[in-house]
Formats: sequence, C-alpha cells, structure tokens
Amino acid sequence: MSHRKETNMKTGREPGDVAVGLLQSVSREGVSIRESVLRFIPAGKAIYLLPVALFFFSLFFGRYMMDPVETFRILVIGSANALLDSASSLLSTLSGHLVVLPSFEQTWGVSEQTVVFRIRLPRVIAAMLVGGGLSLAGASFQGLFRNPLVSPDILGVAAGAGFGAALGILVSGNPWVIQVSAFAFGIVAVAVTYGIGRVYHNSSTLILVLAGIIVGSLFSALLSLAKYVADPYDTLPAIIFWLMGSLSSVSNTDIIAVAPPILLGSICLYLIRWRINLLSLGEEEAQALGLDTKRMTVVLVISSTIVTASAVCISGIIGWVGLVVPHIGRMLVGPDFRNLIPVSAVLGASFLLVVDDIARTLTATEIPLGILTALIGAPFFAYLLTRKKVGWIS
Amino acid sequence: MILNVKCASFSYDGITKQFEDISLSLRQGEILSLLGRNGTGKSTLIKCILNILTLQKGDVEIGGRRVSEMRPNEVAREVGYVPQGHRSVFPFTALDFVLMGRAPHISTFSVPKEEDCEKAEEAFERIGISHLREKPVSEMSGGESQMVMIARALAQEPSLLILDEPTSHLDIGNQMKVIATIDRLAADGIAILMCTHFPDHAFLVSHSAAILQGGRLIANGPAEDVITKENLREAYGVDICVHYIEEAGRTVCVPMNPCSGRGGGRFTDRGTAVCCLRPVERPVP
Repeated sequence: MSHRKETNMKTGREPGDVAVGLLQSVSREGVSIRESVLRFIPAGKAIYLLPVALFFFSLFFGRYMMDPVETFRILVIGSANALLDSASSLLSTLSGHLVVLPSFEQTWGVSEQTVVFRIRLPRVIAAMLVGGGLSLAGASFQGLFRNPLVSPDILGVAAGAGFGAALGILVSGNPWVIQVSAFAFGIVAVAVTYGIGRVYHNSSTLILVLAGIIVGSLFSALLSLAKYVADPYDTLPAIIFWLMGSLSSVSNTDIIAVAPPILLGSICLYLIRWRINLLSLGEEEAQALGLDTKRMTVVLVISSTIVTASAVCISGIIGWVGLVVPHIGRMLVGPDFRNLIPVSAVLGASFLLVVDDIARTLTATEIPLGILTALIGAPFFAYLLTRKKVGWIS
Repeated sequence: MILNVKCASFSYDGITKQFEDISLSLRQGEILSLLGRNGTGKSTLIKCILNILTLQKGDVEIGGRRVSEMRPNEVAREVGYVPQGHRSVFPFTALDFVLMGRAPHISTFSVPKEEDCEKAEEAFERIGISHLREKPVSEMSGGESQMVMIARALAQEPSLLILDEPTSHLDIGNQMKVIATIDRLAADGIAILMCTHFPDHAFLVSHSAAILQGGRLIANGPAEDVITKENLREAYGVDICVHYIEEAGRTVCVPMNPCSGRGGGRFTDRGTAVCCLRPVERPVP
C-alpha cells in the first residue's frame, strides 16, 4: 500500500513541476515569447498526455485502492466484452436467431467491475467533460468580451441553472427533472440576456455584459425565493448541496445525455478558435478584417452556453475553473487562441480530475467540488501571478 | 477608379445628418487627405466606406462594385483599414497580429497556413519592421504599433488603404516615418485615403485633399488648391498661415498665436523666428 502511494504522489506532482519549472525559466531569463513557445513545444505536446495519464490514475486511485495493471485489464477487456455483448444482441435481433459471440474470460470480481464501470468511469469522464468544457467556454468568453476576468457565468448561465435546479428540487426531486430543469433555465437565462441586448438594437458586447448582470441578479433573487420557500429539513439542504457542486451521483446515463452537447459545442469552439483572435481585437477592427462579428458572436455564445449549461446540470455550480484555467493556458502557450483553446480544454479536464480525486478521497465524506476548486484554484492562481508577468497586468 | 463615393449621406438617428451629399473618388496610387475638425464625421465616413455602417443615401463603390452588395470578407480583401490606435488586451506577438490581416483570405473554420505566414512576413519586410516580429503588441510604443497595424492592413493585400489619423499620438520622428511609408505604398500602386489633423501632411504626401465641414465637403481637389488660408479658417475657426519654408523644402501650416503673448514662446528677436518664413502665392507641391 505504501509503495503505491509513493508512485501516486510522483505522478501527481510531475506535470506541475514541469509547468512551474518552465515558468521560472521564462521569467528568470526574460526570453522573448517566441523563444519560450519554441522551448515549450515538446512540453506543450506532453500536456496533451496529462489527462490520459490522470484518467487511468483516477480509475484505480481512491478510498478503494485497486491494482493499476488489474484496473487497466478490467477497463480494456471489460469494454471489449461489453462491445461483443451488444454486437451479439444486435446480430440476434437482426437475424432473428440467438447469436452468441465469444467473449474474454473475466478474471476479476463483481465488486471490481462495479467500481471501475459503475462508479469511477462515469465520474472520471464527467470530471473531464465538465472541467474541459468550462475552461473552453471561459477562454472563448474572455476573447469575446476582451476581458481576462470573465468566466463562463458572465451571461447568467450559472444563475439560471441554479434557479432551475432549485425549482426541480422543489417540484419533484427526481434527479432527471432537476438536470433538465437546470439545463433549460441556464439556456433561458442566456436567451433573455441576448434578447435584452437585441432590444437595445445593439448587440455590442458591453450591452451583453450589462444584460448578463441584470439577468444574473434576477435569477439569484428567484433562487433566494426558492430557498426561502423550501423545506429547511429536506429540500433546502438539497438545494444548497447542489449549488456547491459535486460529481458523486453522476451515472452512465448522465454521461450519455450530456457528452454529445458538450462535445458538439466544444468542436464548434475549436473550429472557430482562430477567429476568436479577431473577435478579441474589438468589434470594429474585426469587422474591418472581414469578420461577420454578429454571426460569430452568436455562434460563440450558443456553443459556450450549451457546453456550460450541460456541464452545470450534472455537476452543480463549479466556480474558478472557467476563469483560472485559461490563464494558466495563456501562461504556457501565449494568447493565440489557436493553441489556447485546445490547451485550456486539456488543462481544465486535468484540473477538475485532480480536484475531484481529492474531493472523493481526502475525507470519509465527500467535500463539495465548488469549495475545493476555489480552495485549490485561488492560491494556485495567486502563486502563478507572482511567477510571471501577465499581459494585462503591467 | 478604385474608390468612388457618390452623393453619400448618413445619419445615426435618422434625423440629424452626420454628413450629406459627399462625393469622392480615388485612383490607383493616389493619396487623398481628408481634413476637418473633430466630430465632423470623418471616421463615420470611413466606416461607411468599410460597410461597417450603412449609408442612408448614395453609394460607395470599390473597384466598380457596390460595397453594400459585397460580403464583409470581400470588402476586406479590397480595403485595408488602419485604426487610430490599438489597445490590446491580450499580448499577441506582432507576427500573430499581422497574421490576422490574412483573415479575409482564410475560410471561417480554417487557420492560417504556411502561405499566409509568408505573406505576413512579406508585409513586415515591406515596411521594414521585421525586427518587431516577436514583440508583444501590448508592449509596443505608439510608433511601433502604428507600423504593425499598417503591416496588418498590407497582409490583407488591399487595393485601397484607409488610415484614420495615422500620425496622431506620434512624436515628430515617427510621424515622418509613417508619412514616408504611406508615400512608398502609394508609389507601389495602392490607393490611400487618410484622415489627418495636420494639413501639412497633406502637402507632404497627398495628391489631393478634401475638407469636411458641417456635413459637407467645402473643398475637394489638388492639395494646393484646397489647403488655403481661407479654407482652413472655415474648417478650424482659427487663422492659419500657409507658408513655404525653403530650408525644409515644403509648405507648412502654422496657426496664429492665440495667446496673450505672456508665455515663453515669444521671441525677443522676432527676426530670427520668422526669417525662414516667406509668404508664397503658390505653394510648391
């Protein structure tokens, strides 16, 4: 057991050391950004391996510690068996006869199977989707609003989703209803924000931000109202826990429901990533460079909102990720959104995986994610700011 | 004819006209300086030419096509725009920044290719600022960022370049560098429209000049016909001397001293101050 812990600690620390070491070397020698990017390219590629490593690590790591090799075998052979299973049932329905394809021998117990496939896998995938999605949306919004202090909640998604979830808890308490309600109200909040911007015959980003503040406070008030009328022994704690954010109850069906919208929105943002550079110059300059800023803004807002609302509806409110991770990305690969968008996604997925691993292992009862992201994210961000000059703080 | 503005009128609110009945035209390699006091609508006219704002009446034609019927990226392939100043939030390197000028040539879901990088490098070399390639735009001086923005506009490969007060906020040395660059680009065949607050600069580079005042062009034609004492008084509301200075080899416009004369600017030996100033009937272009 102690031997395992050592390796775990090693894997957990190494990537951070690489990044911090690089930042130090950059600030110490004052090398040009280009040089530092060139120097970073090998490590930059390595960054993409970070979530893969953490994915396997998070599967065997936990209160119920498993053997890494065994976990890997369960994952690969178990998945293959599941595929063969569904293939045989598909063939059976198609042909009308009973078809049984051969399957690999299962050498592990039911409990291991359950831990890997029912408990940890959905949770790990959810952490990666939520973390990556929020960071991607945060980076995109920072470009659109030309403001590095913007988070994905700027247009009121989180406030809307929070109210939606509270409403779902009050009305039924069924997790499915809560999620759908959170998602729907998240989208509604942004639609209202956008609608207010349109009423002013002006879709400028400043009006959007103001409208976001209006809608955000409106839904916060509604959320307070929901809390006020909630049963203090039953539904009120449920609302409060939901708002703190957690991935503990994520199931495979949740993943199947939210993965497509998150991936679809992320792909859209990835495709327009270079155009976000242009948007970040300001509307007028972007238009003079031939960009249809109105259409691009709509595409960006819709994609980011779908990603954020889908993430929030399974995880609850998780702050800091969408704000901090794009900054860390910018410190590593520079401001060009061509690199920043994929790096933010990868870093965000890794960050939330690590935080979620801590949330479920540190104490016997789970620590809500929203608390941990701030507890870990805030000091880490403060530390990073002291390591390297950031573009917007001179 | 690269640019043709015909009877253009524009109003923000539909009631008060920003400008009315403006007609301009610009040939290949020609430089037109647009003068006028603050707030007369020079920048608005530029936005109309770029099709960012839509004219109420009249037409803007670029290369014989109406801009109102062109898509944004089609306009951007013909017209490069250099704004007054750029306040960058994110520390893009100059190379990334100039590369953005390639946007009208790159499809929506694509990123710049090797060829686009080469075009960006060419733009740097063309105005001699290759040494700035790796410098973040957020750390640049006014002169440097002005040059980088001209390079970005050149990366668009435009036939018309529009500059909005390209020399404001610059020191005298950088002003002359920018003016010389504009002159060179015009010699290469690019049509140039620039707004300026320095009537002198019109004499330095322009073939023609126009003065916008009260929503109309009060003068439009060869620089030496347009920039006269009378027109300048009408445009700016102060008396301005237009003199040829032999030593500098050019005509300058100097406002009369409006102060009481108690300041240090008054010379005891007034002879030296005006010795090189000599009125001319016909300013030499």
